[in-house]
This record gives sequence, C-alpha cells and structure tokens, in this order.
Amino acid sequence: MNFSEVFKQSNQLCRVSPDGKYLATCVQYRLVVRDVNTLQILHLYTCLDQIVHMEWSSDSLFILCAMYKRGLVQVWSLEQPDWYCKIDEGSIGLVSSRWSPDGRHILNTTEFHLRVTVWSLCTKAVSYIKYPKACQKGIDFSRDGCYMALAERRDCRDYVSVFVCDDWHLLRHFETETQDLAGVEWSPNGCVLAVWDSCLEYKVLLYSLDGRLLSTFSAYEWSLGIKSLAWSPSSQFLAIGSYDGKVRILNHITWKKVTEFDHPASINNTKAVVYKEVERKPVVGSADLSIQQHITMGSTLFNTQSKYEICPLPVQVPVVKPDLDRANPKVGVSSMAFSSDNRYLATKNGGFQVQSVTWHCSGDSLILLGKEQLCLCYMEVGEEEEEDDDVK
Amino acid sequence: MGVFMHLCRTTNQILSKSGYRMSSLRQYSQSSVLPLPMTRNPYTMPTISAFCTEDNVSECISYINREVSSLGFPLLCTESNNGPELNLVAVLNNVYNLLQLHRRCLQTVEDIEVEQVKSNSNMDYLQLSNTRLKDQLELSKRENTGLLERERQLQLKVKSLHNCLKNEKEEVQKLQSIIASRATQYNHDMKRKEREFGKLKERLNQLLIDKKDKKQTFEVLNYVGRSDGKRSLWKTGKTEARHEGEMYKTLLNDYDSRHKDLLMENAELKKVLQQMKRDMVTILSPRKPSQSGEKHDDSLEQTSSEEDEVCDSSRESLELSCEHAREQLTNSIRQQWRRLKSHVERLDSQASLVGERANMNAIPKEVHEEEMDRLKLEIQQYKDFIHTQQQLLQQQLNSPCDDETASLLNDCYMQEEKERLKEDWKSFEEKRKNFEAERRNFTEAAIRLSHERKAFEEDRATWLKHQFLNLTPFGDQMKPQMSKSQSALSGWAESEVRPMSTPAKLNKSLSHTAFSTSRASPAKTPSTADLYRTHRLIPEKRYPTHDLDIHNRSKLQSIHIHGR
Repeated sequence: MNFSEVFKQSNQLCRVSPDGKYLATCVQYRLVVRDVNTLQILHLYTCLDQIVHMEWSSDSLFILCAMYKRGLVQVWSLEQPDWYCKIDEGSIGLVSSRWSPDGRHILNTTEFHLRVTVWSLCTKAVSYIKYPKACQKGIDFSRDGCYMALAERRDCRDYVSVFVCDDWHLLRHFETETQDLAGVEWSPNGCVLAVWDSCLEYKVLLYSLDGRLLSTFSAYEWSLGIKSLAWSPSSQFLAIGSYDGKVRILNHITWKKVTEFDHPASINNTKAVVYKEVERKPVVGSADLSIQQHITMGSTLFNTQSKYEICPLPVQVPVVKPDLDRANPKVGVSSMAFSSDNRYLATKNGGFQVQSVTWHCSGDSLILLGKEQLCLCYMEVGEEEEEDDDVK
Repeated sequence: MGVFMHLCRTTNQILSKSGYRMSSLRQYSQSSVLPLPMTRNPYTMPTISAFCTEDNVSECISYINREVSSLGFPLLCTESNNGPELNLVAVLNNVYNLLQLHRRCLQTVEDIEVEQVKSNSNMDYLQLSNTRLKDQLELSKRENTGLLERERQLQLKVKSLHNCLKNEKEEVQKLQSIIASRATQYNHDMKRKEREFGKLKERLNQLLIDKKDKKQTFEVLNYVGRSDGKRSLWKTGKTEARHEGEMYKTLLNDYDSRHKDLLMENAELKKVLQQMKRDMVTILSPRKPSQSGEKHDDSLEQTSSEEDEVCDSSRESLELSCEHAREQLTNSIRQQWRRLKSHVERLDSQASLVGERANMNAIPKEVHEEEMDRLKLEIQQYKDFIHTQQQLLQQQLNSPCDDETASLLNDCYMQEEKERLKEDWKSFEEKRKNFEAERRNFTEAAIRLSHERKAFEEDRATWLKHQFLNLTPFGDQMKPQMSKSQSALSGWAESEVRPMSTPAKLNKSLSHTAFSTSRASPAKTPSTADLYRTHRLIPEKRYPTHDLDIHNRSKLQSIHIHGR
C-alpha cells in the first residue's frame, strides 16, 4: 500500500466528488480541489471566512462552502472557476446549509431554526419553509431525489411536510402521532417514510408517500427508546436500534418484528466469529477486541503491526459501564449499517469509540472510523453462514 | 390345675393371715353335707347333724379339736380316763369364738363387697373418663394437624408474598431508574431549550438595538442551467396535479411490484402444498390393500372421492384464486395430514404390538443390536490401534533431534542388516579361502602335471631317440633306458586319460619333440608358461587359447632349444 504525502486540512473537511474524479479539502478559508489520481491541485478558491461545512453538488460541478458564524455560503464551480455565488443570510444567521439532490438548490437553515430558505441557482425563486424542527434528523431527501420530507413543529405538535424537489411544491402535510419527533427517513424505494420519536418514547411510525399512516411499532414503554434507525437497501427491512442494546428488525409487509438481535456482554453463539486484535508492539498497551458486531479501535496504519486472531468462544466483551445519570447516555445501539447486498448488518452498541461504520458498495468490506484510527474489515465471501434473517 | 391350687393356697394364705380358714370349712361342709333349705341369712351354715351322728362322736370331737386347735382356740375336750369328755365351757367358748369369727368374716365380706362396688364404680368412672380423654385427645390432635396445615399454607403464602414483594421492589427500582433517566433527559432538554431561548432573547435584543437589519443577499455571476437541462415550469394547478399523479404512480408501482412478489410467493407456496398433498395421497393409497377390510374400502372410497375433489379444487384454484378454493385446498390438506398422522400412529402401534408378541421378531433385533455393538467395538479398537500407530510413527519422525541419537537409531536399524552382511562376508571370505586353497591345489596339481608331462616328454623324446637310435644296429645299449621311458610313457598314457590339457597341443608338442632330439631339461621352478597352462585349467575363457598356443609353442621351442 502506498501513501501519498500528508496534506493539510481543517475541520475534517475532505470530500471526494460523487463522480470520484476530484478531491476537495478545506484549509482554513481556502478550498483546494485536487485530481484524485495525481493529487495535483486543479483549483484553489478562497472564501471569506473559515469554512465550517463543505459539500459537493450531486453532479460534481459545484462545491458549497458554508461559514456559519458569518452566515455566508459560497458556491464554487469546477467548470467555470470564475463563477461565483455568495449567499448572505444576514442577521437571521445560519445554522446549517446543504444541497438539494438536483444540485441546483441550496437549503439554508437559519439560526434558531426559524425557517429554511431554499435558494435556487437556476432561477430567482426563493422559497421559505417555516417552523422546521430542530431534531436529530429533520430533513431527509428520498433516494431518487424527487421528494423531501421535513419535520415541523407548531403549536406543540409535530408535522411532516413532503415537498416535491422539482419546484418545492408542498405535496403533503400531515400531523404525526409523536410526542417529540426525532427524525424522518425515507425508505430506499421512496414509498415509505419512517418517523421516530425521541428517546423518551419508543415509537416508530410508518407513513406512505401520500401521507397515510401505515403502521406504528413500539417495543416497550417508559425506558429510553430508539437511538438509531436504518433501512435495508431493498426496503424490505427496517432496523431499529434502541437504548436497551437491542436491534429489532421489522419486515415491510406486515411491519411487525421479524427478529431482534441482542448485544450480550459474553458471546456464546457458535455461529459467531470473534476477531481479536493483537498488537505486536505494545504501543497503546491494551489488546482491543474487534468483532463483526462490536467494534472498537482499529489498527493504526503506520506504526504497529497488529494482526487479528480468532478467539475461541465464549468471549467476554469488555464493557465500560457508562454514566447513566447523564442525558443521552452512551448506551444502546448508536449506529447501524446494512451492506448493499442485504446480507449483513453492522451495529455498534455501547460506548465504543467508533465514529462511523460504512460498507463498501460491493458489500464485501466494512470500514470503521474511530477518532484516530480506522480499520477495514473484509468479509470472507466463501464462508457464507448467515442468511438475511439470521444476520448478525 | 397347678394355678388353681396356687390360687387356693394364696386365698388360704390371705385368710390365714387374718386367722380364718373359711374355704376349707366351706369346702368340707359343701362336700359332705346334703343341700338344705336356705334360711334368710344366706351365710348360715347347714346344720351339723349330718356331720356328727351317734357313731362318730369321738371322731367328730377329735376332728373338731384338731380344727379348733389349728384355729387357735382352746380345745373342745380334754383327754380323761373314761374317754374324750366334752368340755362345755370350751365348747361354748369355741362356739362363741366361731360365731365371732363368722361375724368378722361376714363383716369383711361386706367390706370387701363394698370395696368391690366402690372399685367397680371407680373403674367405670375411670373408663368413662378415659374414653372422654381419648376423644379429647383425638379432637385436639385433629385440631393440631389442622393448625399445622394452616400454618404451612400461611407460610407458603408468606413466601409467595415475599416473592411478590421482591418483584415489586425490583419493578419499583426499575421504574425509579427509568424515571430518573427520563428526568435527566427532560432536564437536559429543558436546559437546552432554555439556553436556546436565552440566545433567542439575546438576539432579539440585539436586533432591536441594532435597528439596521442586514437583509439576505444573493449574489451570483449568472444563473446556471438546471441539472437535467430542461426549463423550469411555472407553478400551476396542472403541475400540482402532475406531481400528485407522479406520486401516486410511484406508490402504485411499488404496490404492483410488491403484489407481484406476493403472488409469486403465493403460487410457489400453493405449488408446494399441492405437491405435499399429492405425496400424502400417494403415501396413503398404496398401503390401503394391506390394511383391514372395512377401513380399506372406506378409505379407498374416501381417497378416491378426495382425489376427485382435490383435482377439481386444484384446477379451480389455479384459475381463480378465490377464498373458497383456498379454503378447500387448505382443508383437504389438513384432512390428508390428519389421515397420514393416524395412519402412522396405527403403524407404530402395530409395530409395537408385533414386537411385544413375537419374540422371534425381537431376537433378530437383539442379535442385530449385539452385532452392531460388537462391530462398533471392533471399529473402535481398530481406530485406537491406528491412532497409536500413527502416534508412534509421528514420534519416530519427530523425535531424533541429536545427531548422536539419530546415528544411534540409524545404527540400531542397520544393525541387523550389518550383522547379516557380516555373516555374508564371512561366508564369502571362507568361500574365497576355499577357492584359493583349491586354486593352489590345482596349481600344484597342474605344476605336478606339467612336471610329469615334461618328464613324459623327455621320456618320449628319449624313447623316440632310442627308437630312432634303435633303428641303428646299436639299439641294445639303449634298452634299459627304453624300459624306463616305456614305463614313463605308460604312466603318462594312463595319466592322459585325465582330461587335463588339450591333446592337440600335446600332439604338436610331440611332433615338435619328434623333430627335436634334445632331452628335456631337468625340472625347474614352474615357469610362467606352466603357470599359464595351469591357469588354463581353471577358467579357460579368460585367456584366449590361440595366444597361449603360440606362446606355449614359442616357450616350448625355447625350452627345447634350451634343452638342446
């Protein structure tokens, strides 16, 4: 494996363009665009303030740079380096900024979530959406980019608005039966919208595209509820990770629980394979446990030669008892990811130091990002022991 | 009898203690006296008239004397000169004493009777009280068991209540923890909201103070085209309708695809069910002939009717998947399944019955099992054997780490072979020695032979010479020598029988000597020619005869020349 030289970046803003040709990095207030293969600098743009958020447009032609303190958004074009676009939100402030799926509209969320302004790069039209909800995931675009679901709250009630991304026409607006809506997510086929409640109540509501309530699901009452949610790529399953450390899978026909997965502290299942990372050089000192399910620190790329060995069952996962007195305790299933071939589900339970879990598009490998380290896990394709239902 | 006597004796003793001897008197009186009419007092004795008569006065007196004296009273009469005289005073005293005695006896009897009555009543009373107490005891025991039972039940209840309490406590704790976590969450959210509220207020203040409102601005060099290249449309009712339409289209597409999938799944499942039913029918039908008569007919009819039904329903179900057809299918499958189940159960029971009745059937089974066990044991043994072999082999291969040991081991393996080789060598050596010895013998023999030949030749030569010379008139001088040579010749002629050397060569040599007149030289040490000749005795093929011939010829010539 070869490594390039080290480049500077700030705020972890490093993005490869969607077409995979360019790499954009932010260094303070500069935006550097490189060619992915040669890493030569193709463009260099300067923004007015330190860039806090950077995003490629979906067609890889534009880059959005947001500076929240100044309330500025600047858009740069790759085709025409001279082209510029500056959006100044003024005194109303800026909290978040993002592209629309067609790559021609920018959605700015103002401070205090007063409203969402939709700026168009094609026309002079500006749209305003009032009362967006400040929650875990208030906006979601459907995968085909046709519809946008927005969570709203007015008069102490939660609503969901469905917009057509074409012209930002409000298609549907309906109230949800949630106490405090925490997020919305479209299913990959764009026909079902999953809406879940805050952690104080375990409730998932499933709405069809036209706003009808299809089903609700609630596993238990009173204890802390849903922490994360993930659709399977075929839209057949909905995985719900909760604070009790379990993942429940619903099927798309009856919206009833198909199976549930637990994350026990001691793994006894004969079908489970536990990989333990054994570091040869005692640099960090501790031998971490790395398992298909439970993920901790990955290996460092440069320093230590670590190898993974298969541990004999039963295996005790080292669990750090988190402080339950704090809000949003570090318990429960915080992130889940389905592999693209619907075969595997990777989940992270507890307070393990993993920032993100992403599958490769072929479904063969998994990348785990920790705060300082990353780890690539390759699935052995030959040894197939699990099916869809029995995924662990 | 002995007991009775003892009893009598004891009663006598008791009575004698008090000084009375009632029983004997009574016995006697009762035995010897006729029954007399009873007076008012039942205890009156019968009159003594029967006891004493005119005749036996003296005997009676003496008897009475005896009795009375035994009782301790003064004698009735004293012995005097005329005969026994009755002392009236004594008699009266005795009578009085006896009356007193009797009264006392009666008194005691009365007392005893009173006592007896008392004791009887006591006993009755005691019995009554005993039964009463027993009843009470019974009652109290029952009460006790009842109380114990109640206590046990109460204890169980207490235990269950404890458990309930524990569960409730746990639940309360859980709920408390939930409440606590919720409370922390609420507090956290409240704080967050308050913070945001505070920020909002600050911003509002700021805005009020600032007055100049920085408006939103949007600067762009030029508007870019849409990503899909089309022009944007105005928002009209038509577009709205279009959007609605599109939305419904996507939904309907999704439903269609799902519907298709479900139909396919349904069809497959139905196929599977049909298959199962057909299999069940086939399984059940061939067995029908083996079953008992009534069931046979009924079931056959049933199955045939079922099959017809089934076929119809299946055809129906393939065409219209209506509720009715589905129900029919499932019902028919359920029926078949039930029948199959009952059939299997019947078979099982039959098999068990057969197994129980006939031992013949059981024995092969046992034998079979024994065989199986034995075979398994054998297999295990063989496996162990193989395993040990493998282990040993492994050891063999792995163990030698030292060179010494390795060499030692190798030597050990080779030892046998080495010894065998040594033995072979020894035998070979011996053989070789033997061969050598034989060869030496042969060489010596050959040398001897050569010497003899030489001698013979010399003799022949001399004989020939003599012959030649004898042709002359001076032959007589040579006669004695001739005889020697003759003898030598004859000796040699005998030896010629031995297949030693080639006769051709000898002839040649003879012919040679015929021309040569020289005498053979005296025997020397065997020359190389001789040795060659002798060597020729052994492997002839080693040395080509032709060369030897020439060689020998030359040698012989030299010899003969020498001899000359």
